[in-house]
Amino acid sequence: MIIDIIIDGLIKGSVYALLAIGFSLVLGVARIINIAHTALYMTAAYFIYIGTKLMGLPAPVAMLAAIMLTVVLGLLIYNFFIRPIQEHEAAVLIATIAVAMMIQEVFLMTFGGHYLGVSPLIDGYATFLGVKVTYQHLLALGLALVVLLATRLFLQKTRLGLAIRSTAQDREVANLMGMNVTRVAMGTMAVSVGMAAITGAIVVPLVTVEPTMWMHPLIMMLAIVVLGGLGSIEGSFVGAFILGFAESLVVFLVPMGSFLKDSVALSIMILVLLIRPEGLFGVSFEEER
Amino acid sequence: MMQFLGKVGAVLLGLALVLAVCLPVGAVEPIKIGVLGPMSFTQGEGHWNGASMAADEINKAGGIKVGAQARPIELVKVDTNEFLSVPDATNAIEMAISRYNVDFLVGGFRTEAVMVMQDIAMDAKKIFIGCGAAHPELCTKVTKDYDRYKYWFRLTPINSKFLGKVDFILLGTVGAIMKKTLGIEKIKVAIVAEKAAWADPIVGIAQKLLPAKMGMEVVGVWRPSPVAKDCTAELAAIQRAGAHIVFTTFSSSVGLTFAKQMGELKVPAVAVGINVESQKSGFWEATGGNGNYAVTINTYARVEITPKTIPFYDKYVKLYKEAPNYTAGTYDALYILKEAVEKAGSVNSDKVLPFLEKTDYIDTAGRVVFDKSHDVTWGPEYVTSIGTQWQDGKIQCIWPYHWEKVFYKGTVPFKMPPWVVEYYKKKK
Repeated sequence: MIIDIIIDGLIKGSVYALLAIGFSLVLGVARIINIAHTALYMTAAYFIYIGTKLMGLPAPVAMLAAIMLTVVLGLLIYNFFIRPIQEHEAAVLIATIAVAMMIQEVFLMTFGGHYLGVSPLIDGYATFLGVKVTYQHLLALGLALVVLLATRLFLQKTRLGLAIRSTAQDREVANLMGMNVTRVAMGTMAVSVGMAAITGAIVVPLVTVEPTMWMHPLIMMLAIVVLGGLGSIEGSFVGAFILGFAESLVVFLVPMGSFLKDSVALSIMILVLLIRPEGLFGVSFEEER
Repeated sequence: MMQFLGKVGAVLLGLALVLAVCLPVGAVEPIKIGVLGPMSFTQGEGHWNGASMAADEINKAGGIKVGAQARPIELVKVDTNEFLSVPDATNAIEMAISRYNVDFLVGGFRTEAVMVMQDIAMDAKKIFIGCGAAHPELCTKVTKDYDRYKYWFRLTPINSKFLGKVDFILLGTVGAIMKKTLGIEKIKVAIVAEKAAWADPIVGIAQKLLPAKMGMEVVGVWRPSPVAKDCTAELAAIQRAGAHIVFTTFSSSVGLTFAKQMGELKVPAVAVGINVESQKSGFWEATGGNGNYAVTINTYARVEITPKTIPFYDKYVKLYKEAPNYTAGTYDALYILKEAVEKAGSVNSDKVLPFLEKTDYIDTAGRVVFDKSHDVTWGPEYVTSIGTQWQDGKIQCIWPYHWEKVFYKGTVPFKMPPWVVEYYKKKK
C-alpha cells in the first residue's frame, strides 16, 4: 500500500505543482490573484479536444497549437480585463472570477454539458512492485517534472527570469531601479498561462473534458498556495506534493471517505491560515502597503 | 376605364382566393406542452429530442383530436438548468405555466428540482408526466395527498426501489456466470458508489444483502465524489482487495472516469450496477473505448422490448446521431397524453386525469399501466427496464435473458472481459 500511496501522490503532486507554480508566479510578481488560471487550463483542454477529435490533427500538433492559443487568450484577458484595474487587488479578483465564469459559459453553450475525452498518447500500463500505473500517467509525471525543471532553469538563468524573481521579491524597488514592471508582469502572465495550458495538455488524456472541470483544480490550487505561502514558488512546489499525498492517504486509508479528498485539502488550508497565516514559505507583502 | 377596373377586380379576386387557401378559417389553437429539462446537458437534450420526435409525428398525422377538432401540438422548451442550479428550475416552470400558458408538462431530471417543480405544477392543476427523476417519494405523495398531487405521473425511469431490484438481479446474474465459467468459489464484491444521497440506501442494502442472501463477500466500500476526476487510487485499492465484481452506483461524471481508468488498468474484475454515463452513446468515445464491457441498468437499446422500440431507436439515432437515453421517454409521454386527451375530448386537467389513470399502453419501453401512486408498474409483462453492456463499441441488451419468462428479441449473452478470463486462468 505504501508503494500505491507514493506513486499516486507523486503523480497528483506534480500536476498540482504545475498549476500552483503558474498561479504563484503571477501573484508574486504582479499581485494578480488570477482565479481564471484553471479556466485557462480548461481552455487548453478544450482546444486539444477540438484539434484532435474535431479537426483530426495529430495530438502533439494540437497540443502545441492549444498551448499557443491559450497564451494569446491569456494575454488578451490580461490587457482588457486585468491591466486597467491592476492596482485594485479586490477588483482584479472579482474580474478574474467573472472571466472564469465567462469561459465556462462559452464552452457550455458551444459543447453543452457533455463529458468529452481525448485519447491517451500511449496505451497500456506498467507494473511497479505490484502497482499498476498507466503509461499516460507516467508520461504526465515525467512531463510535469520536466516542465517544473525548465521553469526553475528559466527563472534562474534567463534575464526575464531574473526580472520576474526580483519583481516578485520587491516590486517597488524593482520599479525604482528602472525596471518596466508592467512589461515584466505581462511576461509573467504569459509564462503563467503557458504553464496552465501545458498542465491542460498533460492532463487532458487523463480526465473528462467538461465545462466545470476548472473548479476542482482551482480549489486545490488555492489550498496549495495558501499552504506554501502566497506568491512563493518553492512553497507551491512543496504544498502541491503535501496535498497530493494527503489525497492519496485519504483514499487508501479511509476508502469510505474518499469523497473527503477535497475537504482534507481545505481543512489543511484553514489550519495553516489559523496557525501560520503566511504559509510554509511565507512571502509577506506587508511592507509594501 | 372599365377595362382597368376589370383588371383590378381580377387581381383582387385572385388575392382573395390565395388568402382563402393559405389562411385557415378560424386558426386552430395548438395544445401547448412544456418540456422541462437541463437543456445544455444530455438529459435535457433527451427530453427535448424525444418530445420533438413525437410532436412531429403526431402533427404530421393531423394532431390531437379534441372533440371534433384536430389540434396540433406546440412544444415549449423550458430550460430548468437543474445541473447547475436547482432554484432555476422553479423559475423555469413558473414561466412555462404563467407566461406560456402550457396545457401539460413533461420532463424533469434531478429529484431535488422535480420535487419543487411538482408542487408548482400541482398548485396550478397542470398534468405533469415525470420523465427523469426516480425517487419514490415523488409518487408516494399522490397516495398521501391525492387531491393535491393527482396531476403527477411518473413514466421513466422505474422508481429507485425497482432500480435497486434490477441492480441486484444484474449483480447476481454476473456473479453466477463468473462462478461457473471461472470456477470461483465465493464472489468478492467491491461496492463503489458516488457520495450522493440517492446512493446511500443502495450501499446500505448491498452491505447486508450480499453476504446474507447472495452468498457474496464484500471486500470494501469506496465512496468517491460524484465529480472525482481521478479514481486510480480507488482502483488500486480495489484490486488489492481482490474483488471479482465492482458493484457500481454512479449517476455523475465519476462513472465515466471510473470506467475509463478501470479499462486502462485492465483491472481483473467486472463492473456491474448503475452507471448513467455508460447509458450514453458518447461514453465509448469519451472513454476512448476503455469503457468496454461495463454493465448498467438501462431503458433503451436496439432490442425488441415492444414492436415500437426498434423503429423508435433507429429513427432517434438517424435524427440525433446518438442513442436515446431514458429522458427521451418524453416521446411516449406525448403519445400517452394524446390518447387520454382524445378519450376525454378536452385538454382540461380534471377531465383528462381519469383517462390517464386508466392508461394501458404499449410504449417503446414496455406496457405502461400506472399504479395507485401514478407510478409506472414494474415487472414481467409491464415495464422491466433492461441491463446493457458495452460490447466492442455497441450498447447491447444482456438482461432480461429468459428471466421470469421474459426475453426481448435481440438480447445477447453477457461477455466477460478477456483480461478477466486470462487473469483467472493464469491464477489456476
